[in-house]
Amino acid sequence: LCAAVLLKDTKLMDVKLGQLGSWLAMRDYTPGGIAGAFRRGYNRYYNKYINVKKGGLGGVSMVLAGYVVISYIWSYSHISKSKLCVWL
Amino acid sequence: VLHVTRPLHTTQQHLAPLPPLPEKGGEVRHGLIPEEFFQFLYPKTGVTGPYMLGTGLILYLLSKEIYVINHETVAAFCILSVIIYAVKKFGADVAAFADKLNEDKLAGALAVKNDAIKYYEKAIEDEKKEQWRVEGRSYLFDAKRNNVAMLLEANYRERLMTVYNEVKKRLDYQVAMQNLKRQKEQDHMIQWVEKGVIQSITPQQQKESIAKCILDLKALSKSAQATV
Repeated sequence: LCAAVLLKDTKLMDVKLGQLGSWLAMRDYTPGGIAGAFRRGYNRYYNKYINVKKGGLGGVSMVLAGYVVISYIWSYSHISKSKLCVWL
Repeated sequence: VLHVTRPLHTTQQHLAPLPPLPEKGGEVRHGLIPEEFFQFLYPKTGVTGPYMLGTGLILYLLSKEIYVINHETVAAFCILSVIIYAVKKFGADVAAFADKLNEDKLAGALAVKNDAIKYYEKAIEDEKKEQWRVEGRSYLFDAKRNNVAMLLEANYRERLMTVYNEVKKRLDYQVAMQNLKRQKEQDHMIQWVEKGVIQSITPQQQKESIAKCILDLKALSKSAQATV
């Protein structure tokens, strides 16, 4: 019989929808906490896709695709001027 | 002296030697979408679910002009086709080359490790041999002791021989002196006797003896002539 896990320690995928607000409020938003979050995310991605014996193309191409998408989003207001049909 | 009350290595994180790198990275389909996404949608939508989702998304973006088609689309299309062609054609070769580089590095490190291990094993062998040699030390010292005893004996015998020779020389000298003295006395006596005899021969006796000798000779010659 396992003890009940505190909400603070559950992972995002295990949080129920109703608890999402309180879960988000409990996260660590100090600068150290945010830097820690970035580092954890980077480490997870690095150890899964790049720090292996036979890494493939996917590890790098996913990062480049993400960069392409973000740069499109940031320059959307400029690009939308060359729309074919302007409704809005 | 370490204080035994402080516990060491209580956490699980001390991994030595380091665990080896995983062989392959996370699976990525079409180079862009991780495999976990397909597995996530499989129970609800089956195999074609994510592809239908992708098609619907693309059509939605195109129709609402969230993705605008302009000159950049043409450029992106050309660039992407060239990239995909290059990857499909040369991907395997580049991967093999990179793998070979890694293998060479690994082989170099392994060679260093193996050489070190062989060197230390050889050192252990040599050390064991030296320990075996130490056991033979007693035989060595016995042989040396025998040698020394033999040298002493030989030296003693040599000196004994020298002593004997010296004593013999001195005794020989004494013997020779005595012989010489006797010889000299004998010679002197003979000479003195001869001198006395010669002196005692008077001239008269000489004539008589010579005449007698001549008579004897004649008699002899007559008897000799008679026999011939």
